[in-house]
Amino acid sequence: MKILVCISKTPDTTAKIAFTDNNTKFATDGVQWIINPYDEWYALVRAIELKEKAPDTVLHLVNVGLADSDPIIRKALALGGDEAIRVNSGNADSYNVAAQIAAVAKDGNYDLIFTGKETIDYNNSSIGGMLAEMLDLPYISHAVKFDIDNGTATVIREIEGGEETDKVSVPVVVSCQKGMAEQRIPNMKGIMGARSKPLKVVEPVEAENLTEVKAFELPPPKAGVKMISADNPEELVKLLHEEARVI
Amino acid sequence: MSVLVFIDQADGQIKKSSFEAAGYAAQTASLLQTEAVGIVLGDCNDDLAALGNYGLKKIYTVKDPVLNNVDAQVYTKVLVQAVEKIGADVIIFTHNSTAKAVAPRLSVALKAGLVAGANALPEVGEGFTVRKTVFSGKAFADVNILSDKKIISLSPNALQIAAGSGTAEVEALQVSIPAAKVETVNVDKVSGEVSLSEADIVVSGGRGLKGPENWGLVTELADLLGAATACSRPVADINWRPHHEHVGQTGLAIAPNLYIAIGISGAIQHLAGVNRSKTIVVINKDPEAPFFKAADYGIVGDAFEVVPKIIDAVKKLKGVA
Repeated sequence: MKILVCISKTPDTTAKIAFTDNNTKFATDGVQWIINPYDEWYALVRAIELKEKAPDTVLHLVNVGLADSDPIIRKALALGGDEAIRVNSGNADSYNVAAQIAAVAKDGNYDLIFTGKETIDYNNSSIGGMLAEMLDLPYISHAVKFDIDNGTATVIREIEGGEETDKVSVPVVVSCQKGMAEQRIPNMKGIMGARSKPLKVVEPVEAENLTEVKAFELPPPKAGVKMISADNPEELVKLLHEEARVI
Repeated sequence: MSVLVFIDQADGQIKKSSFEAAGYAAQTASLLQTEAVGIVLGDCNDDLAALGNYGLKKIYTVKDPVLNNVDAQVYTKVLVQAVEKIGADVIIFTHNSTAKAVAPRLSVALKAGLVAGANALPEVGEGFTVRKTVFSGKAFADVNILSDKKIISLSPNALQIAAGSGTAEVEALQVSIPAAKVETVNVDKVSGEVSLSEADIVVSGGRGLKGPENWGLVTELADLLGAATACSRPVADINWRPHHEHVGQTGLAIAPNLYIAIGISGAIQHLAGVNRSKTIVVINKDPEAPFFKAADYGIVGDAFEVVPKIIDAVKKLKGVA
């Protein structure tokens, strides 16, 4: 079995969000970069678990980014995986990123392609679906459980108000979320081993952007909190009814 | 050219957020000086003509048992044909699990730029720019769609859409329906609960509630208010509450009219998921809890004393004995 896991570089969840260049660029000063949590905790770790169960599994990682992605790719390799491929491209929109991954996926003939359910920076939840369409493969989004037996995957995915169990033959694209696996921390053996694992850099294929960000804006600050005495919570209900008019 | 809105349904009923998407489609159409129409896939028993109240002129239906499950590949193939037959240039979804599976595929199939999680109507002067949340609700981005065809997936509760009056014509659309490659073997839905992403009011609990046995306070208040229940990440992680209730940066992002946080300190990751709520109430015994800075109303006090009093006051307000 061959698995491809797509990983994205995102700011740490506690990073201060600010913008420069007249609000057109994300301010990267002092920002810690991490593997997008959905890609790492759920997609990658589940893929590693599948490889642990079936050791002849080949596990590749792919990232679309510039050389500043290499540290998070090495961290991912420290968790597991045989080799990584970085498509040397910055400034691509979702469509373009998916096109780059699709090119890598076509070359690699993978049975399973895992993505996180979304990245925590652009929150588009688009790459998995776009990739599946480009490869003409079935797509199962928001998977919370994944098992595979003899080329047939059984996937539980979250739907509005509940869960659905699906069966599908590989190859398939799956977007992963909480429930798929538990977060792991790389151990020393993994970190040392990651240094010698191949990290191939390939140039991007020709693809266009269908969207562009014109500007960013921070939400306006709250007007300030109105405090109500704990002895008189009835006042809160009155304010919610008469002032905020929400109940 | 026209605006086509995907009307999402579950168990034959139109989802609430689809009415909002319908109104959004009609307003987008009027900006573009064209008409808005809708499409419903699968069996739907609801009164589709009533979508005219939200400004839709026509509703196209495609019925086939295959469409009663959402298979993104099948839905995409059907929608591509529909878009062509209808001559739609702008396609609107409501940003839920169906849209997250289908809209990206459709984006590729139509080569149509996608704005996922839009919060506002498009600006259609120079270009076609749609505002969406980024960085998990901590900022907005104005995204210009460069392609001729455009797809917008609208965040639930992003706009206040008022129903007017009107009747939509309903017409069956003839398209070919491919076989599904994904077999759905089981669907397990929690019935009777208010859907968290669509809820107007959400009551949420954190570690301050000390244990799952105390959740009666949250559910009683939620039931009285017709609200959905939610929780913070630590609470889901220690299995006090199911994972699908987790709101925050790595959980669900929501934007209800009223968010009541009980015993949640308000870590930056939690705020990211709820800061688009219109009114935020924070009840916490720690006066230094960061959540108070993001709140509209706050009470510093013990949840076990304060919340029962709130429940009594709501009962009085609602005339419940």
